[in-house]
Amino acid sequence: MKILICISKTPDTTAKIGFADNNTKFATDGVQWIINPYDEWYALVRAIELKEADPSTTIHLINVGGADSEPIIRKALALGGDEAIRINSESSDSFFVASQIAQVAKEGNYDLIFTGKETIDYNGSSIGGMIAEILDLPFISHAIKLDIDSSNALIAREIEGGEETDKINLPLVVSCQKGMAEQRIPNMKGIMGARTKPLKVIEPSSTEEYTSIVSFDLPPAKAGVKLVSPENPEELVRLLNEEAKSI
Amino acid sequence: MSVLVFIDQAEGIIKKSSFEVASYAAQTAKILNTTAEAIVLGKVQGTLSSLGNFGISKVHTIEDANLNHFDAQVYAKVIADATEKSGAQVVVFSNNTTGKAIAPRLSVRLKAGLVSGAVALPDTSNNFVVKKSVFSGKAFAHVSIKTAIKIIALNPNAFNIVKEDGAAEIIPFSTTVPNSRIEVTATNKITGDVPLGEADIVVSGGRGLKGPENWNLVTDLAQALGAATACSRPVSDIHWRPHHEHVGQTGLAIAPNLYIAIGISGAIQHLAGVNRSKTIVVINKDPEAPFFKAADYGIVGDAFEVVPRITDAIKKLKGIS
Repeated sequence: MKILICISKTPDTTAKIGFADNNTKFATDGVQWIINPYDEWYALVRAIELKEADPSTTIHLINVGGADSEPIIRKALALGGDEAIRINSESSDSFFVASQIAQVAKEGNYDLIFTGKETIDYNGSSIGGMIAEILDLPFISHAIKLDIDSSNALIAREIEGGEETDKINLPLVVSCQKGMAEQRIPNMKGIMGARTKPLKVIEPSSTEEYTSIVSFDLPPAKAGVKLVSPENPEELVRLLNEEAKSI
Repeated sequence: MSVLVFIDQAEGIIKKSSFEVASYAAQTAKILNTTAEAIVLGKVQGTLSSLGNFGISKVHTIEDANLNHFDAQVYAKVIADATEKSGAQVVVFSNNTTGKAIAPRLSVRLKAGLVSGAVALPDTSNNFVVKKSVFSGKAFAHVSIKTAIKIIALNPNAFNIVKEDGAAEIIPFSTTVPNSRIEVTATNKITGDVPLGEADIVVSGGRGLKGPENWNLVTDLAQALGAATACSRPVSDIHWRPHHEHVGQTGLAIAPNLYIAIGISGAIQHLAGVNRSKTIVVINKDPEAPFFKAADYGIVGDAFEVVPRITDAIKKLKGIS
């Protein structure tokens, strides 16, 4: 079985969010970069588990990003990817990114294409669905469990107001979230091996961008907390009712 | 030309997030000097003409056995056909699990730029720019859509419904509905509870509650308030509470009117998922808990003593006791 994992580079979850160049760019000074948690903890680790169950499985990683994405790609290889492709482009447009990945995915004849349910920077949750539409494949979003039974995927997914279990013939695109797998830490053997695993860099094909970011801004700061005495918690209820009017 | 809105439903009943998007579509249509129309797939209980109260002038309905189970591919095909039929220039979705699955597919089908996670009406003073939530609620981006047709997925609880008087005209719509390639083997709807993403009030617990056996503190208060319950990441990781209750950067991002955090210290990842809440209340015995900096109201005290008294006071206020 061949699995393609889409990985994105995002700021660490504790990174301070600020903007530069007249609020048109994310301020990257001092920011630690990580693999988007949904891509790593759920998509990649579940693929590694599938490979552990069936060693004939190959796991390819794909990233649309600049050369500064390579450390996170190497980390994904250290965790258990077999080889990686980086499409040398930085775009914030989901359609552009999805088109680039779809082109590679089409040539690679993958049985499964995994994405995280969203990236923690742009929160677009669009790439998986777009790749599926471009390639005319089924798309299961918000997967929380996935097993393979010969040529079928058995998937539990979140739907509005509950969960659903589906059976779908491969190939398909899946967006992954909590429940699919548990976070892992790469071991020394994996880190050493990752250095020599293939990482191919290709140039993007020319594709239209449907959207562009004009500017960013930050939410207004809170006025400060109003403390209520623990001796008189009933006062909190009065404030929520009369002042905040929220109950 | 029109603005088309997808009306999502669960078990035939229209959801609150759908009224939000209906109202959002109607207000967008006013900006563009056009009308707002809705598309409803599958059977619905009750009268759809009441969507007129949210500013919708026409409702396109289609019933087909292939629409009884949700498949984003099938739904996107039907909505694309409806978009063409109504000549829509803007298509609006709720940015919930359904909208997140359909909107990207529709974007490819219609060659239409998509902004998901929108929090405000489009600004048409200079092209077509939509404000959206980014960095898990820690910032906003203003995104320009450059294509002829535009798709917007609106975050739940981000837009205030505008009510008006009116009745929508119901127009049956027909098109070929393809078979789904997804076989649904089981569905498990969580009934009776308030869906977390749509809840007006959320009561959330953290490790400060010491164990799942103490969760009645959270659930009793939630019940008195008619609120949904949530939890921090460590609590769901150690299986005190189910995964779907986890709010935060890597869980669900929510924006209720009122968020009450009990025994949660307020790590930056947790704040990212809740900081769009209108009013935040923090109850924690540690005065140094970082959550107090992001809160509107706080009590530095023992949750085991304070919370039952708050629950009683709310019951008294609401006349439940």
